[in-house]
Amino acid sequence: MAEVPIQSGDDVVRVRQHVRAIATDCGLSLVDQTKLVTAASELARNTLVHGGGGTARVEVATSSRGRTGVKIDFVDDGPGIPDLELALTDGWSSGNGLGLGLSGARRLVDEFELISKPGAGTSVTVVKWSR
Amino acid sequence: MERVPIVKIGQTLFVSIQIDLEDESVVRLQEDLADQLTATGARGVIIDITAVEIVDSFIGRMLTMIGSLSRLFDAETVIVGMRPAVAITLTELGLSMRGVRTALNAEKALEFLNGRI
Repeated sequence: MAEVPIQSGDDVVRVRQHVRAIATDCGLSLVDQTKLVTAASELARNTLVHGGGGTARVEVATSSRGRTGVKIDFVDDGPGIPDLELALTDGWSSGNGLGLGLSGARRLVDEFELISKPGAGTSVTVVKWSR
Repeated sequence: MERVPIVKIGQTLFVSIQIDLEDESVVRLQEDLADQLTATGARGVIIDITAVEIVDSFIGRMLTMIGSLSRLFDAETVIVGMRPAVAITLTELGLSMRGVRTALNAEKALEFLNGRI
C-alpha cells in the first residue's frame, strides 16, 4: 500500500507511477493498466485543482470471488461537490476543462464511488480488477 | 518542472516527449513551440509520443491546442507514435482529439509535411 500526498503537479505524476507499479504487480493487462493510470491522473488532478490538495491511497484489493485488483482512494478536504449528478455528466465542467475528468475516469474503471458534500470535502474510490 | 526539448531540422520542428508529463510541462511546451514557430518560420511540427504511457484529458486537450495554434503560424502539427493502449483509453475516455493530424511514425509524418511545403 502506498499513500501519496497530492500537493503539486509532480505529485500527480508520482500518483501515476505508484498506480502503474501496483497495477503491474497485480497482473493487470497493459490496456487495463493504461486505463487505470489515466483515470488516476484525472482524479489526482481533480484532488489538486478542485480539492485544494489531498491524498491518494493505492492498494491491492481482493474481490469476494478471489480476483485481485487495484483500489485507489482520493481524499480531499476541499469545498466538496454541490451536485454529484451534474459533476458526473460528460462535458460539464466547473473550470475551463473538457468536463471529461470525472465522467471519463468512471468509464475507465470497474468500480467507482463518489462521496461529497458541500463544505465537507470529496472522496473518490475506484477499483480495477485483473481479468 | 522538466522541459521538453524542441529540435529544428530543415522546415520542421521535432519534439520527442521522453518524460512523465506533468501539466505545467505541457503548457510550457505549447508556449515554447509558439515561440519557435515565430522565430524559425518552420512549416511543420512533429510530436513523437512513443514513450508517453498515458494521455489524459488535459494532455489530450493541450496536444489538440498545439495543433490549432501551429495553424495560426502557417504550420501543421502531426502527432506520431501513439501506443495502442493509449489510443484505446483515449477513445473510452471520450476524447476525440478532433482536428489533430496523426501518423504512425515520424517518417510518414515527414513525408506528409514535405508534400505540403
